[in-house]
Amino acid sequence: MAVLMCGSMFTGCSSETDAVEEEEETEVQTLTVADEEYYKRFYDDGISINVYNWGEYISDGSDEGTLNVNAEFTKLTGIKVNYTNYATNEELYAKLKGGGASYDIIIPSDYMISRMIKEEMILPLDMNNIPNYKYIGEAYKNQAFDPENEYSVPYFWGTVGIIYDTTLIEEENIDWDILWNEDYADRILMFDNPRDAFAIAELRLGYSLNTEDEKELEAAAELLKEQKKVVQAYVMDEIFDKMGAGEALIAPYYAGDAVTLMAEYEDLGFVIPESGTNLFIDGICIPKGAKQKEAAEMYINFLCEPDIAYSNTYYVGYSTPNTAAYEMLDEETKNDGISYLPDEYLMSNTTVFRNLSDEANQKMQDLWTELKSTQDQTKNKWIVPVFMLACVILSITILIMRYIKKKKDIF
Amino acid sequence: MKKLSKIYLGLVLFFLYVPIFVLIVFSFNTTKSRTVMSGFTFDWYIKLFRNEIIMESLWNTIIIAVIASITATILGTAAAIGINNMKKVPKAIVMNITNFPIINPEIVTGVSLMLLFVFFAARMNFEFGFWTLLIAHITFSVPYVILNVMPKFRQMDPFLYEAAQDLGCNSRQAFFKVVLPEIMPGVLSGFMMSFTFSLDDFIISYFTSGSDSQTLPVTIYSMTRRKVSPEINALSTIIFLVVVIVLVLKNVIERKSENNKVKVKGEKV
Amino acid sequence: MKNKLIAAPYLVWMVVFILVPLIMVGYFAFTDKEGNFTLDYVADVAQYSQIFVRSIWLAAIATVICLVISYPLAYILTGFSKNTQSTMLMIVMLPMWMNFLLRTYAWMTMLGNNGIINTILGFIGLGPFKMLNTEGAVVLGMVYNYLPYMILPIYSVMVKIDKSVIEAASDLGCNPWKTILRVVFPLSLPGVMSGITMVFVPAISTFIISRMLGGGGNLLIGDLIEMQFLGNAYNVNLGAAISLVLMVIILLIMTIMNQFDNDDGAVLL
Repeated sequence: MAVLMCGSMFTGCSSETDAVEEEEETEVQTLTVADEEYYKRFYDDGISINVYNWGEYISDGSDEGTLNVNAEFTKLTGIKVNYTNYATNEELYAKLKGGGASYDIIIPSDYMISRMIKEEMILPLDMNNIPNYKYIGEAYKNQAFDPENEYSVPYFWGTVGIIYDTTLIEEENIDWDILWNEDYADRILMFDNPRDAFAIAELRLGYSLNTEDEKELEAAAELLKEQKKVVQAYVMDEIFDKMGAGEALIAPYYAGDAVTLMAEYEDLGFVIPESGTNLFIDGICIPKGAKQKEAAEMYINFLCEPDIAYSNTYYVGYSTPNTAAYEMLDEETKNDGISYLPDEYLMSNTTVFRNLSDEANQKMQDLWTELKSTQDQTKNKWIVPVFMLACVILSITILIMRYIKKKKDIF
Repeated sequence: MKKLSKIYLGLVLFFLYVPIFVLIVFSFNTTKSRTVMSGFTFDWYIKLFRNEIIMESLWNTIIIAVIASITATILGTAAAIGINNMKKVPKAIVMNITNFPIINPEIVTGVSLMLLFVFFAARMNFEFGFWTLLIAHITFSVPYVILNVMPKFRQMDPFLYEAAQDLGCNSRQAFFKVVLPEIMPGVLSGFMMSFTFSLDDFIISYFTSGSDSQTLPVTIYSMTRRKVSPEINALSTIIFLVVVIVLVLKNVIERKSENNKVKVKGEKV
Repeated sequence: MKNKLIAAPYLVWMVVFILVPLIMVGYFAFTDKEGNFTLDYVADVAQYSQIFVRSIWLAAIATVICLVISYPLAYILTGFSKNTQSTMLMIVMLPMWMNFLLRTYAWMTMLGNNGIINTILGFIGLGPFKMLNTEGAVVLGMVYNYLPYMILPIYSVMVKIDKSVIEAASDLGCNPWKTILRVVFPLSLPGVMSGITMVFVPAISTFIISRMLGGGGNLLIGDLIEMQFLGNAYNVNLGAAISLVLMVIILLIMTIMNQFDNDDGAVLL
């Protein structure tokens, strides 16, 4: 149905839909879609869709020459986009599970997709509405989290590695244990979500990243507790700020964000440890309760437009599963050893998260809260009840004393 | 002693203002650095005004604050009149419940409203967004209006209303011509309080906002959690300037009206 | 005017949006996911006693620091002429009108290892000191954000103290310090009490300050509650239980504070 002209990358083509605000010095990317008719279906209906995405995970046109994806979508289809952010998969889960807010598009990661499928929180997609699915590389289809490709369309993929300041860290063969190195105490950042944080400890201990064994989880938590002494802060996207400003020297994070950071700050380096890492695929899904399913599918299709996917990968820095967009990348990006890795490495050294059992999730969560709240103090679970009791007694005593005083005053 | 107290005052003001001035200074910085000024630019302001998400949430914030504070003022003033006429025990009960949102930590108010909305959202098929935010804002604003209006009744001569009626006013006229002017200062300050609280509220909005209609503080929060751009400094500068202008104007007007009052009184004597 | 019915809309509103949500917090705290009665979650709260203790402790320190800073300041303010007083008061309160997220963000940029404070100290040859992401930074954030809440009530009580009382004290042979201790302080106690609650309650339940300035490793009660509703943990029942306990603690503290206040509590609000 949709025969797409490959988007002309930089200015040159000037059909009417291409009107992107021109900035004189820079070359500006333009958008070309073949099947414009498809996108015009809701043009005059004045509808809007609610998109809930990770922070810094879409091109907003602030990099010169790239497209503002949401604005382009509105311009093309007449559908307004309400765009909001979350920082972790668990936050997304809580917001959906809590109910109330309805979204039309969400972008969870692999393990969260399978959890949401299991809990019937996302809807099967109508692939007839997403012709651009054909651009998705075979390697990213039929993954364990969505074996039939019914629920999700891969958006980005990537690995986890270590971002570090090359001017101050001279070690070679950087591995996960550098995150425990006391020489860098208080200059190390750490993931602020249990799944990614535990994965690093599990990698060090040689456990599976999908372990559900209570003992193994406890051992990992113990290792993380040990790390807490050298950790400056637990963060997610604050990492851009803290690494960029030189606040911290080392931080584990997603490869795509490392690319973005390194483009801005030359002193930063990125390494994917030899000992292995986590491979993630973030998929675009439509949650149950979506009000505009068809428009949402149109949005998914739009995100798979080669021009849009290219603009996104250029801005976001993550690796695109879109083959047509991949072709548009320059050789330098294709071979940077960060975004796109040799297949052998991906096959042998990376693990994709699977959804854990409810018990294991709960266990991990409990251990995580404990880790974040403990300090080098002795624990005493009686303090609060005793404190409350003391308050009650004090307030009753005062009441009685006042009562007595009042009586005295009367007489 | 005098000198010492001036120094002390200066130190406290220094503590209060330095962070704000640092924010303002770096809003004009050409680079993103927060320690080195490398040049002067207005770029971040231009970027700020082009940032649709910020502009839209600013608009939402203003609309919600206006509607919420007007509704809260009407609701609260009416409530204050009614409560004033209640017997002692019901009055005490109502006032205690009214005080609750003020005493209670904001996070608990936010969470409790969220639970309520979730409960009804599932059953009545509505979603979080503009309306939940509005209801939440009205809810935490009304108590402030009531608390501002109630004391005015205490100060008012209780027979004023009856006197007006005796002199031939119907009850509506008596209210609008006699009672309302008496309690107006309380109504106005209640309105101002709920307006500013609504503009500034983050915690309760955070728990009750949905997929659209974010308010500015919620947007600011998500900004501070990501790649921080000096746009946020530019935004702070603008907010600071607006606050300064509004407060100075308010002060000038108040002082003028006070002087007038003094003059009027003087003439009478 | 004598009509109680005029309060009816508010009473309905109050029941639906203040009372019912609080009851729902209680309901969720005492039920499990299937809606059966259970005490598990409330009992589980004990597991987080360390977080409670830390929150109470940090909030208490911040409150004391606020009091120590504010009391002399309020006293100094009352010494100015009437016009200067209102101007000075406006200047002191002005930072409070800025959004508190922006104010906290300002400290975030200043306290960092490469922040402006450490840079300045570096010129003198000191530091860098670790300031951000510590408990100290959290307390600083609390003091900075809530200081005006302490200044205002103390000032407004002090300004009402009859100057002739103070003169009488000094005429009767009190030295200035003794006058403050024996005369001014007891008279200003209601203001101090309401200042303490106005600082303590938001400080104990904050989650933004600890997240922005505490580095995520210093969880407070607010963080814990937020985690259960919108964060990583997602456990509404536990969240409700924690909120309930927090509410009880605060109500207890308020009752105690109220006892010291011999007025009928009007100043407190």
